[in-house]
Amino acid sequence: MATYSTNEFKSGLKLLIDGDPYTIVENEFVKPGKGQAFNRVKIRNLKTGRVIDKTYKSGESVEAADVMDVDLQYLYCDGEFWHFMDEKTFEQVAADESAVGDAKLYLKEQDVCEVTLWNGAPISVTPPNFVTLAVTDTDPGLRGDTATGGLKPATLETGAVVKVPLFIEIGEVLKIDTRSGEYTGRVK
Amino acid sequence: MVASVKQMLKAKAGFCRDIREFFSKRDVIEVDTPVLSRYGTVDPSIASFEVNSAFSKSPLYLQTSPEFAMKKLLCNGSGSIYQICHSFRDGEEGRLHRHEFSMLEWYRVGFTMFDLIDEVEELVLSIFPVKVTSTKKQVFSYSELFLKYLDIDPLVATVIQLQQVAYCNKININKDVMGDDRDSWLNLLMSHLIEPQLGKCGLTFVYGYPASQAALAQLNQDDNRIADRFELYINGVEIANGFQELQDAQEQLRRFQAEQQYRADNGMMQIPYDKELIAALEKGLPFCSGVAVGLDRLFMLRTGAESI
Repeated sequence: MATYSTNEFKSGLKLLIDGDPYTIVENEFVKPGKGQAFNRVKIRNLKTGRVIDKTYKSGESVEAADVMDVDLQYLYCDGEFWHFMDEKTFEQVAADESAVGDAKLYLKEQDVCEVTLWNGAPISVTPPNFVTLAVTDTDPGLRGDTATGGLKPATLETGAVVKVPLFIEIGEVLKIDTRSGEYTGRVK
Repeated sequence: MVASVKQMLKAKAGFCRDIREFFSKRDVIEVDTPVLSRYGTVDPSIASFEVNSAFSKSPLYLQTSPEFAMKKLLCNGSGSIYQICHSFRDGEEGRLHRHEFSMLEWYRVGFTMFDLIDEVEELVLSIFPVKVTSTKKQVFSYSELFLKYLDIDPLVATVIQLQQVAYCNKININKDVMGDDRDSWLNLLMSHLIEPQLGKCGLTFVYGYPASQAALAQLNQDDNRIADRFELYINGVEIANGFQELQDAQEQLRRFQAEQQYRADNGMMQIPYDKELIAALEKGLPFCSGVAVGLDRLFMLRTGAESI
């Protein structure tokens, strides 16, 4: 069992706490005058995304979580699992709905995503910052109206619904920022 | 705005010059004591750097503070002295900690702890170009602070009561690792819940620490549950730690031996305690108070930086 001492604490370190994998978001070394020192950390649960505060006595050791971030190509969804492949080894992993989360709205086949693996199994998926997706449904465009700045909802090929300018039509390909879920432009 | 390297260096040099001027006006002598010693601190909460030498079988130690060396001078009749030097503590790294850091330490013969608190205030106010505060300094006892912020008396509270306060305030810590050492729990509450609130509007001094945290301070004459030790906080940051110095060689020896025993029991590095200091104390340390100031932190506050 690998462990980390509080001396090794830094942002990004992966810990196993109460059976769940966490990553250190912030680490502060606290030492009151004379006496026992502490490490105050903010840690994020990699499964739920929740951030909590925790304090360790300096020198304490904490179990390490076998967590890796890897770049994998998204292949397809079979209705229950989302399948990803390592482009070098061709190894495949399947992520369930809880691991994919909101990323499923932006997963386009062949895009390379960052997949977080815990003990080899995916626990979270981060799509590329920008994806290009086609519009499958939206109200008819107002031809020529490129100036009023109004917005309307459009459904994309992955099922995501984004606000787009009024002139966008079905079939057009858009560039979407997956971090904010916003339309950033048309792709010719 | 980020200051240039040259601006920072100039500011730092001016800062040290101001400090030297302050002491020269008061006839406190600047001294320069060795950084390497055959002895180290045995305080279990302070880790020393060991240095190997071709000239001696046993290792040498980098000072964790110039306290022992300066006290030897005091015992030899130096009178009031000060020193600006580097100190070294292994394993301390963070926003407010470096394992090598600058320290200003001074001793005033004939001063009580409260005399020295007044002088620390004068020094801090004199070296800040803009007054840190318009309000007067605040002085609290350790017990007053615990009662004020946590409604608990730190001198009588049990470990269970201290634990409850920690958990009621949402401190998430493993109580088995903490064990039943009262001081660990007091330090936890102090550092997490009280310190961040101190010195928000000026200088806050805290005195009257529990006797178990006396370090090298005298116990209070009227109440032996507390020690004549004080700290200064500005903006939630600990800036200085001072003592009305322990003069009793036998008591000092007893504390060193207890700390060594604690180290042995807990599998920590064994370090020879400073026999020369005990010998010097036997000759006689004049009644005095001394204080150590973290210069990097004080400079950080003067320049408005976020970390040292």
